[in-house]
Amino acid sequence: MREGGRIGRRFASLRQQRRAGLVTFVTAGDPDLATSIDIMRRLPAAGADIIELGMPFSDPMADGPIIQAASERALRAGQTMRRTLDMVAAFRQEDAETPIVLMGYFNPVYVYGTARFLFAAKKAGVDGLILVDLPPEEAEEVVGPARNAGIDLIFLVAPTTGDERLPLVVKHASGFVYYVSITGITGTASAALVDVTHAVERIRAHSPLPVAVGFGIKSPGQARAIGSTADAAVVGSAIVAKIADHLDAKGAPRPDLVDVVASFVGSLAEGVHAARPRRGPV
Amino acid sequence: MMDLPNTYRSGPDERGHFGIYGGRYVAETLMPLILELEQAYNAASQDPVFADEFRYYLKHYVGRPSPLYYAQRLSDSLGGAKIYFKRDELLHTGAHKINNTLGQILLARRMGKTRIIAETGAGQHGVATATVCALFGIDCVIYMGATDIERQSPNVFRMKLLGAEVRPVTSGTGTLKDAMNEALRDWVANVGDTYYLIGTVAGPHPYPRMVRDFQSIIGVEAREQIVAAEGRLPDLLVACIGGGSNAIGLFAPFLDDSSVRMVGVEAGGRGIPSGEHCSSLSAGAPGVLHGNRTYLLYDDDGQIRDGHSIAAGLDYPGVGPEHAWLRDSGRVEYVAVSDDAAIEAFQLCSRTEGIIPALEPSHALAYVSHIAGGMAKDEIVVMNLCGRGDKDVFTVARVLGIEL
Ligand SMILES: Cc1ncc(COP(=O)(O)O)c(C=O)c1O
Repeated sequence: MREGGRIGRRFASLRQQRRAGLVTFVTAGDPDLATSIDIMRRLPAAGADIIELGMPFSDPMADGPIIQAASERALRAGQTMRRTLDMVAAFRQEDAETPIVLMGYFNPVYVYGTARFLFAAKKAGVDGLILVDLPPEEAEEVVGPARNAGIDLIFLVAPTTGDERLPLVVKHASGFVYYVSITGITGTASAALVDVTHAVERIRAHSPLPVAVGFGIKSPGQARAIGSTADAAVVGSAIVAKIADHLDAKGAPRPDLVDVVASFVGSLAEGVHAARPRRGPV
Repeated sequence: MMDLPNTYRSGPDERGHFGIYGGRYVAETLMPLILELEQAYNAASQDPVFADEFRYYLKHYVGRPSPLYYAQRLSDSLGGAKIYFKRDELLHTGAHKINNTLGQILLARRMGKTRIIAETGAGQHGVATATVCALFGIDCVIYMGATDIERQSPNVFRMKLLGAEVRPVTSGTGTLKDAMNEALRDWVANVGDTYYLIGTVAGPHPYPRMVRDFQSIIGVEAREQIVAAEGRLPDLLVACIGGGSNAIGLFAPFLDDSSVRMVGVEAGGRGIPSGEHCSSLSAGAPGVLHGNRTYLLYDDDGQIRDGHSIAAGLDYPGVGPEHAWLRDSGRVEYVAVSDDAAIEAFQLCSRTEGIIPALEPSHALAYVSHIAGGMAKDEIVVMNLCGRGDKDVFTVARVLGIEL
């Protein structure tokens, strides 16, 4: 974790408040650029502690139907990597503190030019990067440029990640460790709490970084349960589903879309905030 | 200048890289599975019992060795080099795909896996997978793009007859790349019992190496056969390139024979300038998709572009990483052949040799018929006739404006 960075500061402040954090995921440019910026602007006040912004990709192999559809909507509306960075820069004009993590697949970053992209992202106000299809075995070419640019490279740990692999996975990690709580794609099953608790403990034995848990958290109650065991709960598909549910027949946003998303995020935040972490985040 | 290696046959390195290509770009959930697969394959590939079993089924079930046939009438009519066909179209299920599905199902059994998943475009790999699953009584789920299901309905029915479940994929553009995405999603959700049987030399390590090794039987046989027939190695090898498995299968055993030229023929579709093609090596650029770095077709923003080819089996926006490396090193040349030229070669082969080829190797044949006339009469070409054309007669009839 970068002590001076927004992600580090945010987790430090959560630790002081003795509460877990809420990480919200939406796809950049979904359903269109203007609505997506509106949603993003409302997230901090609604209770998002960290904003995860999906970079849409034509072939989102680790995502379920809900986030696949979001990616398709965003691309159809003309979203590009450049526009995603512009969204972040616009957001930063008003909010200097809420950490922003970009999440996506390697190809668009690689094609942009990894180092070039990381510098542009930093300049726009991005704090962290998650590349779903970049396991530690292939990460070398991104680790250096991320460090140079001052961006936290966040790695995923899965239920299939055995103890013998954990040291390798957390070796280059910074910001936080993202625990994928199910063996599956986004927006499908939910994990049993005991399993998550056990996994979080396993990760903590190998890394001092905060642990965020995601995949399968759909309701305020689930968010609260995860918040009692992890440093943060990540909610994606459930929020994106609200977006999908509030489009008209032509795919245009209904007038209440942004309010609905903000109020759902509010209820998730209440859930997470009601949780008392069993161990204060590091 | 690139350093030329002393051998072209040592790759990939232990991390699955061919130069900068290949690798294992998969989600963490799959990483331990891929490592397990690699270990299992390493063990199997050194086990004579495994080799014996593979050879047994290749001979008695698949029908290997396939003949190396001197296509005399075609050679005479082109008026140049002697053209030989490596006739993998005579194998069970009608294409080379079964060499690989057989090898992998034997491995899956060894690993104790009870469920097989696969992606398919044209349906040839799906049929070859469903076939070996029926042979060994293993559950089989085939992912196939909804668009492809429509244009390849006979193969869909074949897979069902063989007892496989065919799941239509509607995400993305409903073609091969989307079927592969869906198979990966299935695998992530079923890590315990499921084996993902990839159909070409693409995907994360160890697939490109493993599939190449299983398909290398093509080149091993061809080498022996041509030496027996002509007393020497051929001057030129030609094969079509979808993901590149039939091509690497033929090329691999010859890679260190500097006298042997090799040409891989990609699908030029409606022409490179039209953008409607699948020539990732000729007109794409390096990128990362489906677990490996290789040449891909994508737009300015790194979004994968859909290709087009009259041959469904060539309709993939990427190519195996070993071909990417062979291209950069200059060892193999890659060219593109259009839909129209392939259709013409399809007819030429049917009329002059009495062999109806698949549209995929028709691309290779189009290239051969283009250059053979300019070669000397004592020069020798071996072309991989990797599939038969029964599956394509409807497509060709439609193109020729004939109603069946
Ligand atoms: C007959 C035939 N040839 C070639 C191919 C292309 O695959 P590859 O390049 O892996 O040989 C296919 C794929 O379905 C095929 O069916």
